[in-house]
Amino acid sequence: MTQTIVPDISFRAVSKRYGEVLAVDRVDLDLPKGSFVSLLGPSGCGKTTCLRMMAGFEQPSEGEVFIRGDNVTGVPAYKRPVNMVFQHYALFPHLNVADNVSYGLRQRSPKPPRETVAKAVDEALAMVRLQGYGQRRTWELSGGQQQRVALARALINRPAVLLLDEPLAALDRKLRHDMQIELQNLQRNVGITFLLVTHDQEEALSMSDRVCIMKDGRLVQTGTPRELYDEPVNGYVADFVGKSNFFAGIAGNARSGLIDVALADGMKATGRASRSTVSPQSGEAVLVSVRPEQIRLAAAATDLPNQVAFRAEAKVLNRIFLGEQTEYLVAHEKLGEFMVRSPRQGNQALAFEIGDKVAVGWPPDAALILAKD
Amino acid sequence: MSQLAPASRSKTVTALLVAPAGLFFFFLLVLPLIVVIIYSFGARADAGGYAPAFTLDNYANLPARGQAFFNTLTLAPLGTLLTALFAYPLAYFLAVKASPKSRTLLLVLVIVPFWTSQLLRYYAWIMILGSKGIPSWLAYLGITDLRIINTPWAVLIGAVYGFLPLMVLPIYVSLEKLDKRLLEASADLGANSWRSFLQVTLPLSLPGVATGSMLVFILLMGEYILPQLLGGGKVFFIGNALVDLFLQSRNWPFGAAVSTALVAIMFVTIVIYMRFVLSRGDVRRAALV
Repeated sequence: MTQTIVPDISFRAVSKRYGEVLAVDRVDLDLPKGSFVSLLGPSGCGKTTCLRMMAGFEQPSEGEVFIRGDNVTGVPAYKRPVNMVFQHYALFPHLNVADNVSYGLRQRSPKPPRETVAKAVDEALAMVRLQGYGQRRTWELSGGQQQRVALARALINRPAVLLLDEPLAALDRKLRHDMQIELQNLQRNVGITFLLVTHDQEEALSMSDRVCIMKDGRLVQTGTPRELYDEPVNGYVADFVGKSNFFAGIAGNARSGLIDVALADGMKATGRASRSTVSPQSGEAVLVSVRPEQIRLAAAATDLPNQVAFRAEAKVLNRIFLGEQTEYLVAHEKLGEFMVRSPRQGNQALAFEIGDKVAVGWPPDAALILAKD
Repeated sequence: MSQLAPASRSKTVTALLVAPAGLFFFFLLVLPLIVVIIYSFGARADAGGYAPAFTLDNYANLPARGQAFFNTLTLAPLGTLLTALFAYPLAYFLAVKASPKSRTLLLVLVIVPFWTSQLLRYYAWIMILGSKGIPSWLAYLGITDLRIINTPWAVLIGAVYGFLPLMVLPIYVSLEKLDKRLLEASADLGANSWRSFLQVTLPLSLPGVATGSMLVFILLMGEYILPQLLGGGKVFFIGNALVDLFLQSRNWPFGAAVSTALVAIMFVTIVIYMRFVLSRGDVRRAALV
């Protein structure tokens, strides 16, 4: 007997129009129970509108929203079993920390007894490591502490889904990193589904089980961080998730899983299609995407490993030392400039200087042949 | 060295900046107040006016004007309360519900009555509340024997009408700068719009209500024209008593004692108000953010 697990939130063909503007365009989405999902995209891609439709601040123009299987389309925010951590926290300035945290419980009817509320507040504050801060004023707290109060205020209600709207954007780099780890641990401990909206790809990739990439109101790809990195559906995703080099060309014939591509000025390359999408047709305009760490550098073409299929001569324009890696910016007379990342070598002879002539190349399965978008 | 040292020069600048206001307050506020207090311990000269003396009789005599104190100290707070009750929904509508386009126009409409003389506007109310005004219309509906003019009700109506803009504007400002995301947070946490209003909007707009109430209350305490015209001399305030004492019976020392008492009451009220605002640091901060 198979049991279907009902997703915590589902979108079915949800669209949102603001006058002429289509902010969200027929999005289908499922948030699996207990998962940590990120909605990732540049500003204006519709990710915040999606979040606001989950919270109930906005209603879809078309389509339906389900929370744990219940159709909540048209249900106002205060009746939905989800809670949000706002970008600038939106803590109530006239209430102390404990009253902020207990706000959600105090809205219930019948109102839970005072001792129950006090106990729940203590537990919630302990969960975010703010024991003893109950009587503090919210503005006396640092940004990170305010963030944790906002988390406690939302989690105390045991929501079906915790919605996080760019919650780390206002924190400095070091604190942001700490909070990322803390959020991940918190999510594992409480087991509540987290939905994080962010424009920071590093944040999305490092924290989430699944990432949904949005562009111009549409969902472009959903997958694990690794799927998005290794098997992007198009050039947009490959560019947004991690760094990549792109070479424009025309797809040729496919043979035994590999596709030939005619690059600029009669050059040829070979690569494979992404497993997340269908192979490009012969004659289609495509991008050849090669990750910087997949490109090999050598002093001469003969020094390149055997499996390298594409070989070319290039010149080192710039070099950045990154510790365990060195990043080179190299220029090819026809392909233009591109990025190469080489692991640190014990042999000093393999480190290239600016201005050196180098041989570059990559194995065929390192090159992805992708549609532009 | 003819040039002043920086420290002493900045002191000079400070002195020059403070001087106009300082002189103004000293000669037109502090000095007259001292004169009034000195007079309040004096005696009435035979032909009226002031004769030097030191007596507490004038203060002991204050209950003689008890009715004026009673009217002022009941109708001024009541008028302030009524004005706040009328002003709040209007300010809320202007700040929250009105479209940005109509908002400016409506705000101007709130202020427009201030462009006309107060005297003129209260005369208009004499017509409206007089026997040929509202009471005569109500007579058509079978409600007779209703007198409004020259009663405390007329004074209260005049107070609400006259001071509404002073109450609306500070409340409007405090509502207008209220962070709308706090209302979303409240809804997100399960509060419907009425509960959100009671738990978020109202407490965070209280500084505006307090400021407006203070303005209206102080002005009402010293009001003269309003009770004179709409109270018809039957509902008189301390202000009316002072005019009577200084200009009619020419009992300056007793008038000075009544004035001093009025100033003292206002002073105590302001201190209590400041205590309230300062103790509610959360509210004050919310008002500033």
